[in-house]
Amino acid sequence: MIKKEIDVVIVGGGPAGLAAAISARKEGVSNVLIVERGESLGGILNQCIHEGFGVERFDEALSGPEYMQRFIDEADKLKIPYLLNSMVLEVSHDKKLLVCSAEGLTVTHAKAVILCMGCRERTRGQVCIPGLRPAGIFTAGTAQNLINLRGYKIGEKVVILGSGDIGLIMARRMTLEGAQVLAVAEVMPYSSGLPRNMAQCLTDFEIPLYLSHTVTEIHGKKRVEAVTIAEVDSRWKPVAGTEKRIKCDTLLLSIGLIPENELSRKAGIAIDETTGGPVIDEDLQTSADGIFSCGNVLHVHDLVDWVSLEGEKAGKSAADYVKGQKEKGRMIKVRPKEGIRYVLPHQITGKQDVRFSLRVMAPERNMRLVIMDADKTVKTISKKRVNPAEMISFTLKKEELAGCRDISVKLENAG
Amino acid sequence: MPANKYVCIICPNSCEIEAELSDNGKIRVKGNLCKKGEDYARKEICSPERGLTATILVDGGNLPLASVKLSKPIPKKLMKQAAAEITKIRVQAPLKIGDVVMKNILGTGADVVVTKNVGRNP
Repeated sequence: MIKKEIDVVIVGGGPAGLAAAISARKEGVSNVLIVERGESLGGILNQCIHEGFGVERFDEALSGPEYMQRFIDEADKLKIPYLLNSMVLEVSHDKKLLVCSAEGLTVTHAKAVILCMGCRERTRGQVCIPGLRPAGIFTAGTAQNLINLRGYKIGEKVVILGSGDIGLIMARRMTLEGAQVLAVAEVMPYSSGLPRNMAQCLTDFEIPLYLSHTVTEIHGKKRVEAVTIAEVDSRWKPVAGTEKRIKCDTLLLSIGLIPENELSRKAGIAIDETTGGPVIDEDLQTSADGIFSCGNVLHVHDLVDWVSLEGEKAGKSAADYVKGQKEKGRMIKVRPKEGIRYVLPHQITGKQDVRFSLRVMAPERNMRLVIMDADKTVKTISKKRVNPAEMISFTLKKEELAGCRDISVKLENAG
Repeated sequence: MPANKYVCIICPNSCEIEAELSDNGKIRVKGNLCKKGEDYARKEICSPERGLTATILVDGGNLPLASVKLSKPIPKKLMKQAAAEITKIRVQAPLKIGDVVMKNILGTGADVVVTKNVGRNP
């Protein structure tokens, strides 16, 4: 078996991995390597041909491929090596990676590892929709791949379950390609996509959105012939008598994303069951020394701009670790309280400025975020609107964190 | 005339904007966080415009399709027609981001521009 020694190995060459590799190299680590299982760098951005990427970072609304190319060009300029069509089969707690590529099976000893595997889509099996298994049922991302990368026409009359952003984007895309999108059913009483996507993908094309609805049955033997949707109660149970049968040939599922952490779990890394991603400190280091995590494998983002930012932070942290400069010390816990679904990082040293990311439980208006140290208020941030679809970030200066022992974040009515 | 409500699509803030057209033809806009939102709401009242992205067929490329966008937004009501027009385009590899593959689509003044590099099939 081939053996290699690499300073920083980046698992995954999507937006998180590219930003991490570029940043590690710029921080002075020359021996970095990206391992990508796909045929090209850029990850999911390859198929996200719509615009809106980079508004925060570049002040331009780029398409996914354009956004990704800026990072690929920079990685090329820095001569960052990468392996394509190569799969990391295993990462061990002590940073040995088993890599399967055209070179053969390789054991790579890394000084630091950055996990950038992204996420995958929740499928029909995970929401248990009854009915047969005809052709014509796709996750929204698979539909996006088939249409945007392979040029297939996948259906003519479409129903979409779930109002996640990919589903909304595909509702518009399929409409413009000549399909008829008949309905979007969302089990929650509010949309799970970004408001601007609701506006430009559904409202613009007069596509009806059924809130508090789900698909209760898929009809058809060889090909989808219809789906039944029904209203649900507050515990997501279908309400008898509200069923509506919609004739269609295609069902798209846009019902959530799951961070892809099989490698992390196998490495014995602690996972936060709420985010589905590793438990991390302010340097994005996981519970395994020298193994870092960023992007959608850490928590699902709504904007790639913040994925890139997180990737850069992870790259710098890994470089600091390799150089022996990682901040150490007693860890202060950070906890989500009322109204907050999760907050990252999970623990901090309090010795440096920290950027926090969180999501709220439900959409609300006129609220404020309250950051507490035990029962003392450290900071409050007013929020006119909060929405689970939109990640919230803020930075606390190390001066604000000085002396803190038990940090929590809650959401309260601004009155 | 009652106020029209819009969700601004220009940036992730997704501002909820109210725009009112008064009898003397003036437009009052509120709820926006920035100038872009004001411009957006004014456009929505008078002549709404949208960007458009799609794919085109590529011959002899290392990928079968290239993604494209418009160089500027076009009237919203022309989107479907423009999308149908773009599906007729068929070009030879290689392509570079920024290449113009169709000029002045439907007389709108917008060009169809490539957004992905496609190399020749090796």
